Amino acid sequence: MIKFFEDLHVGERAQLGSYLFTAEDIKTFASQYDPQRFHVDEEQGRQSPYGALIASGWHTGSIWMRKLVDHHKAQIEAMRERGEEIPALGPSPGFRELKWHKPVFAGDTVTYAVEVIGKRVSKSRPRFGIIETLATGDNQNGVRVISFVSTTFIERRSPSAE
Amino acid sequence: MTKLYFEDFTPGQAIEHGPRLVTREEILAFAAQYDPQPMHLDEEAGRNSMMGGLGASGWHTSSLMMRMICDSFLLDSTSMGAGGVEEVKWLKPVRPDDKLTLRTTVLDTRRSRSRPEIGIVRLHYELFNQHGDGVMIMIVPTMFGTRDSKGPS
Repeated sequence: MIKFFEDLHVGERAQLGSYLFTAEDIKTFASQYDPQRFHVDEEQGRQSPYGALIASGWHTGSIWMRKLVDHHKAQIEAMRERGEEIPALGPSPGFRELKWHKPVFAGDTVTYAVEVIGKRVSKSRPRFGIIETLATGDNQNGVRVISFVSTTFIERRSPSAE
Repeated sequence: MTKLYFEDFTPGQAIEHGPRLVTREEILAFAAQYDPQPMHLDEEAGRNSMMGGLGASGWHTSSLMMRMICDSFLLDSTSMGAGGVEEVKWLKPVRPDDKLTLRTTVLDTRRSRSRPEIGIVRLHYELFNQHGDGVMIMIVPTMFGTRDSKGPS
């Protein structure tokens, strides 16, 4: 999704790849950032309403971020090789409507994607446009486990031309 | 602190927590693993970005906030987790050596109709730096066990 604002279109979708959540990985993240009992201990997970150890929702979200960054890096490299101009990305001001639809269990593989659902020109930063994307993650059974609506600043090719 | 049940939350109630020091090392470590963009990894790249200096990944700030929520009251509660987050705003970058404080405010509470052993508490979280600037807010409807139905002990 590294394109100038003008070249990004609503409905455009990118696959970001997959990630296997192991029990070790789930517990390592959770022990640092989200040590609720069902994220750090198998037995406690079994006794919880979830019935097993599950990943912190912030872990599932952070891996989406990593997958997006990797995707962008690959795109940027390819663009450099083709000698294309690379648009600047701004920091995200946040997201909304984050849903952890279903738990992510140890051994689950989540496949991430992103889709452009809206775009508008930034009033505060005329060099940039604002892209709204739907971020998703689906497990190995095709069941959605995470989604949210994310906002990103991306450079405009011709800020002066309206 | 006594264990918090659904019934212990009332609209307007506020819980303060912190401060929590954020080190350069942990900003770099999180970014290297989960968000390896230059402005989260390198001072010079940060200065040349909209962040105006090295700043933590928004996902790091969120994860730090989650840990502070755990330490503030969540681990001593009947929390059964949350199905999502209504809104997250990253208002300002978190910088190395920032000292973060958390304020949790109860927005509203309602008992689940389908599962009377669970109540939903909508919590508004605000994270501030040492200058009193808001760095992040989020709103999370969180499930708690009810006292009368003896939620998880």
